[in-house]
Amino acid sequence: MTIFQLEIQLVAAVVAAACALPGAFLVLRQMAMMSDAISHAILPGIVVAFFLTGDLSSPLLIIGAALTGVLTVALVEVVNRTQLVKEDAAIGLVFPVLFSIGVILIARYAGDVHLDTDAVLLGELALVPFDRLVLGGYDLGPRALYLMGVVGLTGVLFIALFYKELKLATFDAGLAATLGFLPAVLHYALMGLVSVTAVAAFDAVGSILVVALMVGPPATAHLLTDRLARMIGLSVLLGVVSAVSGYWLAHALDASIAGSMATMVGVLFGAAFLFAPHRGIVAVMRRRVRQRWTFAQKMLTIHLLHHEDRPEAERESRIDHLQEHLQWSADFAGRVVRQSIQNKLVIRTNGHLALTEAGRRLAREAIVQA
Amino acid sequence: METAIEVSDLTVAYRDHPVLWDIDLDVPSGVLMAIVGPNGAGKTTLIKAILGLVKTAAGQVLIFDKPYEKQRHRVGYVPQRGSVDWDFPTSVLDVVMMGLYGKIGWLRRPGRRERAQALDALKKVGMDAFANRQISQLSGGQQQRVFLARALVQDADVYFMDEPFQGVDATTERAIIALLRELRGRGKTVLVVHHDLQTVPEYFDEVMLLNVRRIASGPVADVFTDDNLRLTYGGRVAFLKAQQSKDDVPLAKVG
Amino acid sequence: MDLFQQLFTDYTLRTVALGAATLGAVSGALGTYAVLRRQSLLGDAISHAALPGIALAFLLTGSKLPLVLMLGAALAGWLATLLVMAVTNMTRVKYDSALGLMLSVFFGFGLVLLTFIQKLPNANQAGLDTFLFGQAAALVQRDVVTMAGLGGVALLAMGCFWKEFKLLSFDAEFGKSLGFPIRWLDVGLTTLLVIAIVIGLQTVGVVLMSAMIIAPPAAARQWTDRLGLMVILSMVFGALAGVSGALLSAGTTNLPTGPTIVLCVSIVVIGSMLLAPNRGLIWRWLRDRRSGRRLRLEAVLLDLYALAAQHDHRDHPHAEAVLDAMNPHMGPTRRKLQALAERGFIRPVEPAQWALTPGGIAEAERLLRSRDGGEGEREKGREGEDR
Repeated sequence: MTIFQLEIQLVAAVVAAACALPGAFLVLRQMAMMSDAISHAILPGIVVAFFLTGDLSSPLLIIGAALTGVLTVALVEVVNRTQLVKEDAAIGLVFPVLFSIGVILIARYAGDVHLDTDAVLLGELALVPFDRLVLGGYDLGPRALYLMGVVGLTGVLFIALFYKELKLATFDAGLAATLGFLPAVLHYALMGLVSVTAVAAFDAVGSILVVALMVGPPATAHLLTDRLARMIGLSVLLGVVSAVSGYWLAHALDASIAGSMATMVGVLFGAAFLFAPHRGIVAVMRRRVRQRWTFAQKMLTIHLLHHEDRPEAERESRIDHLQEHLQWSADFAGRVVRQSIQNKLVIRTNGHLALTEAGRRLAREAIVQA
Repeated sequence: METAIEVSDLTVAYRDHPVLWDIDLDVPSGVLMAIVGPNGAGKTTLIKAILGLVKTAAGQVLIFDKPYEKQRHRVGYVPQRGSVDWDFPTSVLDVVMMGLYGKIGWLRRPGRRERAQALDALKKVGMDAFANRQISQLSGGQQQRVFLARALVQDADVYFMDEPFQGVDATTERAIIALLRELRGRGKTVLVVHHDLQTVPEYFDEVMLLNVRRIASGPVADVFTDDNLRLTYGGRVAFLKAQQSKDDVPLAKVG
Repeated sequence: MDLFQQLFTDYTLRTVALGAATLGAVSGALGTYAVLRRQSLLGDAISHAALPGIALAFLLTGSKLPLVLMLGAALAGWLATLLVMAVTNMTRVKYDSALGLMLSVFFGFGLVLLTFIQKLPNANQAGLDTFLFGQAAALVQRDVVTMAGLGGVALLAMGCFWKEFKLLSFDAEFGKSLGFPIRWLDVGLTTLLVIAIVIGLQTVGVVLMSAMIIAPPAAARQWTDRLGLMVILSMVFGALAGVSGALLSAGTTNLPTGPTIVLCVSIVVIGSMLLAPNRGLIWRWLRDRRSGRRLRLEAVLLDLYALAAQHDHRDHPHAEAVLDAMNPHMGPTRRKLQALAERGFIRPVEPAQWALTPGGIAEAERLLRSRDGGEGEREKGREGEDR
């Protein structure tokens, strides 16, 4: 591994980690598509700021472009307020306009600026090591590393300082407001953080893949844990894993690094989607099958209890009646009865079923629970 | 008397969480029946299960002795008013004509006859003047009456109505009651999800008390008792009944 | 106009215009349903997700036939839609996250494939990257024929199942109770949406195609309250924006097509939101101002009536200063009094003293009656409890 490769991976990892921090809250607050809107809409901000500063990593550019992101959030809200279109349409109307302006600006002045549409979509992670921070004659490493480092630390600081408030505003905005936590201010602060992070990451991974890094790792982490703090930590970790493995995938295929990182985000999510211990679909399916049988046994006991000591009990407790009235197939009914007998919930006497004491207890408990 | 709706051993579950447990219910034809019960008792689910809109874990439903799929043309449905987007670009008449879509068949459009039928139904609920209005311009009560008109054009024998009295004005409430009685007069059966206990004796012939299980069902005079209500609602019923006697609601059937 | 003349003589321009019109009309029509069913952002996911489909179709077949690429795009778009549904139905991950994830992951994978293809020793791959932002100038007759064919089928299907799709969009559950196969109708309508998206990709590009699904219907909705008219207007807006954007871009160097079309259609949206009668913001503002003025006039009239009610004679005059004091937030009442006098409701008695006329008394009493009750009166307005 060359030092360049190491540096690229380091920058990619820091970008992924920085994106995962605000991303966790976007996912929990059901505003994931806001990251899509913001990361697209900052483009004209970046271009204009670039015209003015002539430097892609200038702090002025980052702040200026981030303001475009916050402006987008405000614009979406303005369009929403008119109630002329639905909320999802409002998002979908606002960001393409801003993004289009950005792309056209780049295309028109492509000759004059060091920016092209490919960079907009892909970023230029491979070029990162060539732009170095040199202080007093010392080469301190790629500038992007420092830039992303500062942005990432800002995110850490923001979340650490306002953890309690963010948590409350995320899970109960109403309560947060009554406690005087100003959820609106917090909302815009978070959107500001998303914007700053998106602008800084833009240079490295491009506009659309910022979305992958902001939404993917937190969504994956959400399948793996219930605790907020753990989810944030896991998101950062998953982001870093996607970044590094994505780099090597790109290396192997000689393809886009940013695209490969997004692909790895998808692969990790897919793995969690299938195999997560409690929430993966394999576990869910297994649980549902088990639930189906235990539920059917419960249903049987309740059915019997319901009609016990009633005139119709004779009819209702017949095994062949189950198929007819509960609309169970012969196969299914047979298995449920067998399992229930095995579990000593019912006993069978010449074609009729009767509850045991345990079966009666189970039915009563089930009814009370319901 | 003929049985219009026969539900037996109906169980509906969300995963292993039961929403309806082993429900049996017979509704004689030609009666107005209220389904009452606390929030989350499964009232709406019961209607939807009968109409085949939610999956059942067990049990069967017969409408005039045949499964629902065979009797669709004899059934009318009034969903909750809040279940649709009233800003949808369409007119009152259009919404009412949707009740006829099942009969029109594929590839055909509603024509003059369907328009006349829809207008007729709108007249019955006092909304004929609004036929060409956009639906977002209606008040809540008017929306409800449009939904009722849509069910009326279905020209059914059995009607299912989900909270038709929810948040409507006095005019609409009177219109709905008049309509219910007219339907009963024509021998129709109506099953209504209802949440206002005080009006049950006044509006309905029969009542079903539901809280996941069927607590009781039958003629209001037999079934709508303090004991049954307490079983259905738990402790809260004391308050409800107190209010009822204070307001001195006439218990006699009006009609 | 030069460009306009060329439209009829120049083969390239005519092809471009026809292609752009087709895409605008089809996406406008099917987009209407997407917007009404709150699936605006699903269009975004589908169009982004089409990219790997295009690249894979090329990798597997080596062909750049529009039908082949569109088929690949459609399959990938469909797969993304299915995955979004699967993830939201089977896990705790919410719809918005599932959309964002599929959109960006599919797109990222598409970029991997695209960069991979670019490095292949094969001269034929040039032009695939025009799918990113679209390039109208690259449209040839073969493309337009394919677009028109697919689009025509989609529009025809929409027309055939008009009432079913309307029912599905407005009240799916009721439709199910009528016995319609709602799930299959949903699949069908989503397929038509996918078709509408993929036929636009070459012209507008995967990144911005979603705007062509959302913007024309959003504009059309402001002008009409009828679904049929909304679909037609949306088609017209989409086609207009498509043609003007494509022509502008084809006639100018360094003006990418997709963004230009998006700007054109966005101008239509902004114009519609401002100018449309009834719903438009300007219209609404004027109406609010007018009704505000009427309410203020009524308030002054009722104040005068309330003052007069304390006297034996209802036409007892009162000083302007008293009325001013009764409405401190309203500013001086003189102009409102003059306006009321012009309508014959009040008359000046001596300088700065005003009295009700018989007409004014009648009007004030009518207003009070209508405010107190009268259900018929109130029902015309909306009841507050509903929204």
